[in-house]
Amino acid sequence: MEAASVSQPTQAKRRKKSGAVGSEPRTPWWLWLAVAAIVIFCLLPFYWLINISLKTGADLSGSDIVPPSPSFDNYTSIFENANFTKALRNSAIVSLVTTLLGIVVGSFAAYALARLQMRGKGILLAIVLSITTFPQIAIAAPLFRLWADVGIYDTLIGLVIPYLTFALPLSIYILVSFFREIPKDLEEAALVDGATHFEAFRKVVVPLAAPGLATTAILTFIAAWNEFLLATTLTSSPSARTTPVAISQFTGSSQFEVPLGTQSAASVVISIPLIILVLLFQKRIVAGLTAGAVKG
Amino acid sequence: MSDTATLRAGTPQKRRSRGIPERRLAVYMVAPSVALIALVALWPIIYAIWLSLHEYSLRQAGLSRWAEPAGLGNYTDALWGDESADFWSATRVTFIFTIASVILETIIGLAMALAMHSAFKGQGLLRTVVLVPWAVLTVVTAIMWRTIFDPNLGFVNSLLGTNTVWLGEEPQALMVMIFADVWKTAPFMALLLLAGLQVIPGEIYEAAKVDGANMWQRFRKITLPLLMPALLVALIFRTLDALRAFDLPKVLTNGANDTTTLSLLAQRTFQENRLYGEGSALSILTFIIVMIVSFGYIRLVGGNIRGMTEE
Repeated sequence: MEAASVSQPTQAKRRKKSGAVGSEPRTPWWLWLAVAAIVIFCLLPFYWLINISLKTGADLSGSDIVPPSPSFDNYTSIFENANFTKALRNSAIVSLVTTLLGIVVGSFAAYALARLQMRGKGILLAIVLSITTFPQIAIAAPLFRLWADVGIYDTLIGLVIPYLTFALPLSIYILVSFFREIPKDLEEAALVDGATHFEAFRKVVVPLAAPGLATTAILTFIAAWNEFLLATTLTSSPSARTTPVAISQFTGSSQFEVPLGTQSAASVVISIPLIILVLLFQKRIVAGLTAGAVKG
Repeated sequence: MSDTATLRAGTPQKRRSRGIPERRLAVYMVAPSVALIALVALWPIIYAIWLSLHEYSLRQAGLSRWAEPAGLGNYTDALWGDESADFWSATRVTFIFTIASVILETIIGLAMALAMHSAFKGQGLLRTVVLVPWAVLTVVTAIMWRTIFDPNLGFVNSLLGTNTVWLGEEPQALMVMIFADVWKTAPFMALLLLAGLQVIPGEIYEAAKVDGANMWQRFRKITLPLLMPALLVALIFRTLDALRAFDLPKVLTNGANDTTTLSLLAQRTFQENRLYGEGSALSILTFIIVMIVSFGYIRLVGGNIRGMTEE
């Protein structure tokens, strides 16, 4: 359908102008309805979070669709909270380091799996893939004790190491499919010119795979930024706590009051970097998510 | 492994380049990843098995690292001993949550994908909108749905004219949890399925139309079968993800009102109650359940998985 409308753009335009109803499909009313439903389904809940985050005092006991007296008090209060700002910094460090390590180490493995001659490639890739299905809980329980023995319980490095259990397989899996798409001729040419395989990888494949590397980096960063089970199990103080954990442990003025106003404000704040990433890199993210998933 | 690989005669060396031989280079490049994965995934799991065969009481764990060997005691306790009620209840909750949310996500995701595929205007915008729930943190998703279902602050009660404390009642709390999961992951499903729809050649539909197939027949006989590979992959990812659910129940209800999943039960047992042996046994049991389900899937759709790992 799309192909048809692309290949005959002038005809389609002419037909539309003359208003004739041909075989060209027009967007029917129910499709607009479906599109509207999707937009509401996806965005309304997030709007509600913003709505609550702008409410304070008496507003926080009603279900008004728009805050009667909007205020940024919740936002100022979370940024005055040293635990929250520390958690933001911790999250940024842990996510960036995890992403960097995952990409560098993972891209080596991905290149070997995608291109080089090697035995047991299929099995290795299957193992990598199966690691992504491991329930994190099976790692969290023993690490809770191991890290205390090793002395890295409640530290950032103690989080980065187990984060590699998902960062590495994710990087390898996505990069293998990106590396395979790079034409082999360019590497062959470099090899003929006397480059080693490693040089061909570094100077030809990596630059060509830059979009794939960016996609992988974004997906790994989001996964690390989102991680909660290991973060809550392997930290016990604000010094290493990441934002998801910090937000989930917000307390209100009294112990029994759930501080939904400040929690919502903090939730909006930590969602913003991710929403910016999505707005900027929508195409890349979709390409990464569907890499390898769609093959006849 | 590297030696046998390089020594193995057979495939003739087509080209010779300087530097490290190709097969050995491959091993060098794969080795760091394999070593790291073994260190951070395999070693802890083996340690978890060891822990699960020992008994730590609260008192002992505080005083020393010594633990009493307990054989399979922790497992028999969990499966049919003192703790079995908790384990089976968590298993039931986990499976109800997984089955309900995966079915709903598939249906809603498929509907969304079909709509997105037909809407040629604004598809890019739709894709961005759909990525918002996917990008929102699970913890934030939980907080979001808590505000929406909050008896005072939320709009659900005023919309339905009810007066329910949603997270405070038994079937409702689990329903909210399923709902939150569907919101977060149906869009992911939709994107995977949309990618699957986009590789189906349009000519097939044209041909079917010429042959007089109506919309439902075209969906049943063309779209669905050709979409199957993408659908199965999405199903596997989502099922295995839902089986290890932890973030949502932890933040929504902390497991109250019949929402304790297996991961949450295990985590609570070893962290809050410091029962390392029991907690590890529960973790390993969760692990085994997830493995059984994924093997089931692989048996079911073996060809498609193999297609993903091979060229």
